[in-house]
Amino acid sequence: MRYATTLRIGPVGFRIGSDWRSPVDQLRDLYRDYPQPSDGIVDFNVRLFAARPWRRFVRPSVMIGGDFTIPDAAPLPLAQGLLAAEMGMNLQMALAQRRYLLLHASAVERDGRALLMTGESGAGKSTLAALLMTRGWRLMGDEFALLDPASGQIHAFPRLVSLKNEAITVMERAAPDGRFGPLLAGTPKGDIRHLVPDAAAIAAMDRPATPALLLFPTYGQASDVRVVEPAETFVRLTQASTNYVAMGERGFDALTGLVARLPVRAIDYPDTDTALALVERLWGEVA
Amino acid sequence: MSALWLAMALEDPSTYDMLDADGWNAVIAAARAEQLIGSLAVRLEGLTIPAARIMADARASAEQGRVAALWEAEAARRALAPLGVPIVLLKGTAFVAAGLDAGRGRSIGDLDILVPREHLDAVEAALLAAGWEWVKPDPYDDAYYRRWMHELPPLIHRERDRMIDVHHTILPPTARPTPDAGALIADAVALENGLFVLSNEDMVIHAAAHLFADGDLQGGLRNLWDIDRLVREFVERDAGFLASLTQRAAMHDLSGAVARALRLARRIYGTPGGGEPVASDALFARRLLARDGWGRLRHKGTEFGFYVRSHWLRMPPAMLARHLWTKFRKK
Amino acid sequence: MPARYRAPPAVSLRIVPLDALSAVYHRASGQTHIVAPPVPEILELIADQAMTPEELLAALAERFDLPDGDAAGLTARLDELVDTGLVERL
Repeated sequence: MRYATTLRIGPVGFRIGSDWRSPVDQLRDLYRDYPQPSDGIVDFNVRLFAARPWRRFVRPSVMIGGDFTIPDAAPLPLAQGLLAAEMGMNLQMALAQRRYLLLHASAVERDGRALLMTGESGAGKSTLAALLMTRGWRLMGDEFALLDPASGQIHAFPRLVSLKNEAITVMERAAPDGRFGPLLAGTPKGDIRHLVPDAAAIAAMDRPATPALLLFPTYGQASDVRVVEPAETFVRLTQASTNYVAMGERGFDALTGLVARLPVRAIDYPDTDTALALVERLWGEVA
Repeated sequence: MSALWLAMALEDPSTYDMLDADGWNAVIAAARAEQLIGSLAVRLEGLTIPAARIMADARASAEQGRVAALWEAEAARRALAPLGVPIVLLKGTAFVAAGLDAGRGRSIGDLDILVPREHLDAVEAALLAAGWEWVKPDPYDDAYYRRWMHELPPLIHRERDRMIDVHHTILPPTARPTPDAGALIADAVALENGLFVLSNEDMVIHAAAHLFADGDLQGGLRNLWDIDRLVREFVERDAGFLASLTQRAAMHDLSGAVARALRLARRIYGTPGGGEPVASDALFARRLLARDGWGRLRHKGTEFGFYVRSHWLRMPPAMLARHLWTKFRKK
Repeated sequence: MPARYRAPPAVSLRIVPLDALSAVYHRASGQTHIVAPPVPEILELIADQAMTPEELLAALAERFDLPDGDAAGLTARLDELVDTGLVERL
């Protein structure tokens, strides 16, 4: 491909190739403090390419390809090329990660122990994790937590934090010194702006943590905490994992092992301050 | 180049020594694009290589694919057992069910089975009753399949989301070679669970027919690897295998396809058998090895040529025109 | 003659109690099922051994208190297990 870069996020190496310079330049800038893939071997390739040769120049639109693809991935305008690259990397993970059970969850760490947060889109797991990062927690990832079937530990996947709509201003205020990517307005998911995880998150990305607490946050309700039983947790986590079935018995062992020892709470919160207070309280009480 | 390196590493894993990191990245991309990553991982098992973690993942993934494929066969067996009809597993599922080398690490998608043509309606009804559904009700495609193809329109299981292709022979009736479907079933070999696989010779012949007659040689490197593994294993078991293969191919009207498949397998993988090269083999080989360092197909022109050619093989010319016209209008 | 039902041998199932419910991993299919009692007990009793619903009901009654054990109800549960592939109807 005409332009290319490589990088590593946690244990996963990527090579991103592009028909255009700008997405690769943006990746190089935002991921400049990240390490290179182990031994130079990449786990996944992502390709950003023009549907037809002339579409490199005329109304350039970015097709997302790679080692693993879905047939109807819609192209994005070149101005959103960075988002295309991030979506391409997520897609490889979602479709083909086989070493770790992939949990669609954010993760932060303190004292070697991990807090996981998962929930439907809009539940605030990404924003809460980013806010906790600004309050002394180590960010392990805002989108995927990697559960290692061999050790039961969580491995970090601290990709760029993907902030959407209102979360952008929340984080611009909470992390005034943070490194932000360009504002991508009018994407299929609304406005998006990426935030680079802080230096501590990048420096510690190879250090796994022991899962200590799982929360299912829900935004918009009066403050409430509810215990979630293991069977319900198990089912919800299989639904929050794109590779549970593909992992076979290793996935079953990893997940039954996790729910057997992990305290789990569903929390409702009306605003982020309440949520952060709830998190700190529960961490002190049950984790 | 990447597909050539892939073929070399498959044939002789010691060639991995030549690869630097970029070389590995290219081979892995090509192997994934050709659905050969699991096969490569099996070949490289136990070697100390920088890509070891990726190969271990690929083996685990192929193993899970094997479980799912065998379960799909078992689900079909349970649904069809009351009919008392012989069910012959084809392609990847047959390789793993029979415990063949060709099944090790192989990626397996749909379940392909062969049944006697006269029982097609009963098989279809039993599958529909057991939870399979039509993939897409399209009157033209449906009529096309039923009149001209060698299989039912594909069915998908509504719970497991897996496809089944029910064949009554291994090439469309419109294709010029007409394999003897009765002999395929008569000489099929029973497995312990009551399902069947094709005889050794017919397995290779089917793989060869599949290589040239289906599609535009896409996935050809994998089909050819099937042929390599099958031939090596069967020759090892029976020194007279290549002779009986030639005889059987003639009976099925597929001598040309089998001879070319063996020549290409020898050229690309060093497979035993295969006669002296002919000039056009180079074109086929070029198409089979057309992957760049990102796993992309090169030589678009060659690809299109093969597409038209493959339809030409399968359909008499007037029908081809009608088919292309109908397909064209649907876009 | 009533149908007989058979579950896979114990070695090909992994049954992990979670709370009141259990997770079952079926090695032959690679599928996970969440089941309520007395499904684990049923799977154990007909592991690699086909029984009619009546025979199974008798075996269950011998080992557990069955408040409302009736063969028709049990047959319906068994047929659900057949649909999942965990149990085979012979």
